[in-house]
Amino acid sequence: MSNVKSILLVGVGGQGAILTAKVLVNGLMRAGYDVKMSEVHGMSQRGGSVSTQVRWGEKVYSPLIGDGAADYMVAFEKMEAVRYASFLKPEGVAVINDYEIASATIAAGQFQYPAGCLEAMQESFKVFPLKAADIAMSLGNPKCMNIVLFGALTHVLGLEEIDWEDVIRDTVPPKFLELNLRAYRAGLEAARAV
Amino acid sequence: MKHLLSGNEAAARGAYEAGVKVCSAYPGTPSTEIFENLPQYKDSLYCEWAPNEKVATEVAIGAALGGVRSLTAMKHVGLNVAADPVFTAAYNGVDRGFVIVSADDPSMHSSQNEQDNRHYARAARLPMVEPSDSQECVDFMKAAFEISERWHIPVLYRVTTRVCHSKSLVEFSDRKEIPYEPFVRNAETRVSTPANAYRNHRQVEAKMEEIRTYGTTCPINKTELRGTKIGVVTAGISYQYAKEAFPEDTSFLKLGLTNPLPMELIRDFASKVEELYVIEELDPFMEEQIRAAGIPCHGKELTGILYELNPELLRERIFGQKPETKAVKVDAVPRPPVLCPGCPHRGFFYTMSKNKNFVVGGDIGCYTLGCAAPLNALDSVVCMGGGFSVAMGMSKAFEVSGEKNKKVFGVVGDSTFFHSGMTGAAEIIYNKGNMIPVVLDNSITGMTGHQDNPGSGYTLQGEIAEAIRIEDVLKSMGFQNVIIVDPQDLKAMQKAVDDALASTVPAAIITRRPCLLIKRIKHDIGQCVVDTDKCIGCKKCLKVGCPAVCVKDGKSAIDPTLCVGCTVCAQVCPVGAITRKE
Repeated sequence: MSNVKSILLVGVGGQGAILTAKVLVNGLMRAGYDVKMSEVHGMSQRGGSVSTQVRWGEKVYSPLIGDGAADYMVAFEKMEAVRYASFLKPEGVAVINDYEIASATIAAGQFQYPAGCLEAMQESFKVFPLKAADIAMSLGNPKCMNIVLFGALTHVLGLEEIDWEDVIRDTVPPKFLELNLRAYRAGLEAARAV
Repeated sequence: MKHLLSGNEAAARGAYEAGVKVCSAYPGTPSTEIFENLPQYKDSLYCEWAPNEKVATEVAIGAALGGVRSLTAMKHVGLNVAADPVFTAAYNGVDRGFVIVSADDPSMHSSQNEQDNRHYARAARLPMVEPSDSQECVDFMKAAFEISERWHIPVLYRVTTRVCHSKSLVEFSDRKEIPYEPFVRNAETRVSTPANAYRNHRQVEAKMEEIRTYGTTCPINKTELRGTKIGVVTAGISYQYAKEAFPEDTSFLKLGLTNPLPMELIRDFASKVEELYVIEELDPFMEEQIRAAGIPCHGKELTGILYELNPELLRERIFGQKPETKAVKVDAVPRPPVLCPGCPHRGFFYTMSKNKNFVVGGDIGCYTLGCAAPLNALDSVVCMGGGFSVAMGMSKAFEVSGEKNKKVFGVVGDSTFFHSGMTGAAEIIYNKGNMIPVVLDNSITGMTGHQDNPGSGYTLQGEIAEAIRIEDVLKSMGFQNVIIVDPQDLKAMQKAVDDALASTVPAAIITRRPCLLIKRIKHDIGQCVVDTDKCIGCKKCLKVGCPAVCVKDGKSAIDPTLCVGCTVCAQVCPVGAITRKE
């Protein structure tokens, strides 16, 4: 199973992790990989912490991984990176959105948002930090934050045989295509600059 | 060409390819998307949402007796609701194929318990298939219909969350049309009088023994012989985990048909390896039967009976190989799911939370989240429909104990009302309940992702339907005072509660406001803003438990990306510091 790669996409319900995973999976399928993807629906979607896993290689059995098994992580929110950090291999690489969403427990005053999430991740792992929200906002639509992060991820993955722009063209609705292509390029550039 | 499908999409595809004609289900995570994916085939089959799993199962049984292949699907706890018809359907048998999907939820991602429904197969005498990926979700659906039709017996198709919601590659085939089997009366086996049931029981046991023998050669039970040292007996998603966790030279007996267990096949496999492992999630369903047959094996003493497995857990628990991880110096704080910003249930639960003497029986749905801080407004949640009846029991306990201070409310949602809340409402009227039933009507089955129901005015196939009016049902039952209120108007909500409690005739409350996520309705979306000069930092607005509201630098703050302008926080602000921006 050594040739199988695993990625964990984590965030808060509603941030667009599933669409991002879909673009990723479509590209991997085009490149001829066996692919499995695992997501959770239902109650966890209501503003809760969510994770999606994608695995690819010559032959993938399990759609699910446990601790210490992810080669890559994309965190759409930085505290979520910390929550799922145990899933990363020690040499794992994380793309982390430098973005904060207070959980309901924080808003209710039961807890405080932990300080230094990004720095703590950087101490333990190779991290590509990204202000994806700012980048998305500068492109005119905060909703494309997920594809900005995806752009950065493709730099980290280094799967150069895949034409990701073409995959995005095939995956996202035409109405949002231009925006998403710009988001993808901006994310890619930002990761290259890290 | 291969398609990337979730297990649920693939199960729907499999049912279509298997020539299924009538399909009836009630939504429930992780099964819901099976039926959401059926209407695309509506030129070839009929599909519907039934009011509950029992009704769905009965409709499907009827269809299979009526001469066509039929399907029902439900989450694991749904099978508890459907258990009554299921047990007898196994005795009575069916004419055309009938498959019951049970989608279990190990680790309870979206469920109230972790029951292992494989036990139902044994208890009810149902052959059971367990697919382990999306391709098998297609193939095993067809196999299930073949078995069902060959032995005239319902088949349990058992999946788990990671099969339902994982995507993998699937190859499509054409649909095989199954001709209508002209209906002939067969009361001797299909009418379960005691005398007929007596005979039917003998028959179903004989069928199960035949199917056990069939299991030794059936194509979905596969032996992969590699080495002779370790052998693994496994099924379903556990196969995928075990394939990664065990060494390359491990032999596998991967069972697709897991009830009745093909014990001779297992015995033969066990004789070819030095050590046998039984790898299964949750209960030792296979292991106990294998041990009882005198075959030594390892299993639950290593893997445990709690929660879902994964390859890393197996590697650690079986071979002691702990995965290497790196510590991070910061701890994440909990991020539980919450009622959405603008959720119509918020106003009701806020009103409940203000009176410490209110006791609230809760139910299954988005409104289960009314239990979370800071609302803390639920005292029990058991099952679908239990909101009314469990509260009824509490009120009776208070009555017989002379407890006069407690005021009891029972809540159900609109879909839950039709599911099994109506019988609870009848109980309250019939037995003079000293409590207020409340229907939280958001016009949709919310938590499972917006399915239509008998009150929503549409069917699964997208046709306009008669929308049953909840108030008419309650009134005809004897609730002479049915108070309909917009829960987002806190003053009106409070008045509704006061009026219901003061009512001299049986009273019920319907809180009515559609879920903001319903796409076919145009919602009044706005934005609330805080005047920080006016804000006195009293934090009363935090008491409504809205994820859009927090406190920054001692003053209330509203996240503009989350707020939808429902104004519930504005209504609780004592100084008018929060207003809706027009």
